[in-house]
Amino acid sequence: MKVEQISIFIENKSGRLAEITRVLGEACVNIRALSLADTSDFGILRLIVNDGEKASSVLKEKGFTVNMTEVVAVEVPDCPGGLSSILKTLDGAEINVEYMYAFVERSGGNAVIIFRFDETDKAIKVLQASGFIMLEGSRLYNM
Amino acid sequence: MYFNEEFETMPRLALESLQLKRLQSVLERVYANVPFYKSSFDKAGIKPSVVKSLSDLQHLPFTTKQNMRDSYPYGLFAAPMEEIVRIHASSGTTGKPTVVGYTSRDIQIWSELMARSFVSAGAHKGDIIHNAYGYGLFTGGLGAHYGAELLGASVIPISGGNTKRQIMIMQDFGSTVLTCTPSYSLFMAEEAKAEGIDFKKLKLKVGIFGAEPWSESMRVEIEDKLNLAAIDIYGLSEIMGPGVAIECIEAKRGLHIWEDHFIPEIINPETGERLPEGERGELVITTITKQGIPLIRYRTRDITTLTYEPCLCGRTHARISRMSGRSDDMLIIRGVNVFPSQIEAVLVGIEGIEPHYMLIVDRQGTLDTLTVQVEVSEQLFSDEIKVLQALSHRVEKEIKDMLGVTCSAKLVEPKTIQRSEGKAKRVIDNRKL
Repeated sequence: MKVEQISIFIENKSGRLAEITRVLGEACVNIRALSLADTSDFGILRLIVNDGEKASSVLKEKGFTVNMTEVVAVEVPDCPGGLSSILKTLDGAEINVEYMYAFVERSGGNAVIIFRFDETDKAIKVLQASGFIMLEGSRLYNM
Repeated sequence: MYFNEEFETMPRLALESLQLKRLQSVLERVYANVPFYKSSFDKAGIKPSVVKSLSDLQHLPFTTKQNMRDSYPYGLFAAPMEEIVRIHASSGTTGKPTVVGYTSRDIQIWSELMARSFVSAGAHKGDIIHNAYGYGLFTGGLGAHYGAELLGASVIPISGGNTKRQIMIMQDFGSTVLTCTPSYSLFMAEEAKAEGIDFKKLKLKVGIFGAEPWSESMRVEIEDKLNLAAIDIYGLSEIMGPGVAIECIEAKRGLHIWEDHFIPEIINPETGERLPEGERGELVITTITKQGIPLIRYRTRDITTLTYEPCLCGRTHARISRMSGRSDDMLIIRGVNVFPSQIEAVLVGIEGIEPHYMLIVDRQGTLDTLTVQVEVSEQLFSDEIKVLQALSHRVEKEIKDMLGVTCSAKLVEPKTIQRSEGKAKRVIDNRKL
């Protein structure tokens, strides 16, 4: 139920994002989802890719600081209040969302939200119990 | 105008014979009373009695700041504690500060030299001296204070900080002389402007600025914005405090060092050899009248030149030029002494921080800024912003706690800080001094 995300530290200077995507492109790594968090001094690029191991090793070779984190991909019901129902469930179980980002599934047209929780295993149990659909990593990587 | 005409204008021959007499006496005193000097002279195979001329001084070993730290706190004192009436300590160093002690005669001499310095800068009895140097362990505040009182001026012991109140008091009390760091004077001028106060309408006529390096172009700016004569003063706590040397208002060309109390030399900082007059090198000072903690050939690490050419003010004492740098890597940031090695010591104490860092010093407006660049290692990196921000706040706080200097920590990508073989470049100083 967990999805592997790679995070990359980026200094706030021009060309860094371009460099990362170039390195990944040359290694034939395909980006599935991404989010960029930024402050005035630095940013963190978070990616879900088809081959996390490879992405991580080619980026490290180029001197980037990379780490792997486990996140959860949840399908959001395609109706008003869909996201709200997920967050309400999490809130009821006192699970904190560290951050989240969304992307739209190519096939089904459903939205998928990537969540980073402080307690990932507990979150998965709670969401499962409430009947939410979580995507397997393998499905996401090869989407 | 002089405070002590006899000594300030003493013919060189008489001055030098006075120096020699005082030098011989202080050498006997430290050899007899300070174990450090006995062992350092013995190691060099020199007895104080071999010093027969001022030129013989160059054969004596140096004293360094490290020697003072090793003797912490009172090991270099040459007078018994019951004769020490005041203790000061240097600012902004990690671990142990350097400690200095004064006998009541030391305080009298310091007051006189500071009073001489005020007169040299164009201040007189009847002036209202706004003393914004910090009072406390730092020698600036009390040093200037005692000199101002001995001069017979009215001294306002305002100390540093609370700029709005400083400006109000200068305006309401009619201050005529300002003593502070040069950068703080410009900061005050800006604050006053923001408050709608025209500094040029204040009664200030002289500013005596020191405790940090500054330049001729800063003098032009200060004189223009504050409408006063800006005078450079030099001092260091190890030697005495403020008032070791000062410019005269007549020439404003070089700082007269009070040679009846101090013997200056310029050396090559690499070889330790004494350099001929006019050549640039490290200033070395021997105190010849101090009782509490006399220092023989103290290496100030300040880079300057020395000239004995007569000055148009009539003082016969040698002049050092404006300090042009340091022979070690010490930085002076908003008056606080900072060694890159101290920052390094703080950084290596934080788990996961790489020993690669860069210090960037700049001047924004009138105040110095320090940016510490730290590489983000894999161990430190997190996918969460808050974790990285907590890390940079921790670096800022630990440096502030240990060194007393405010900095901004900037996380950078690994391997982006320049590596070099041998001595790494750790500092980029963008200040235009």
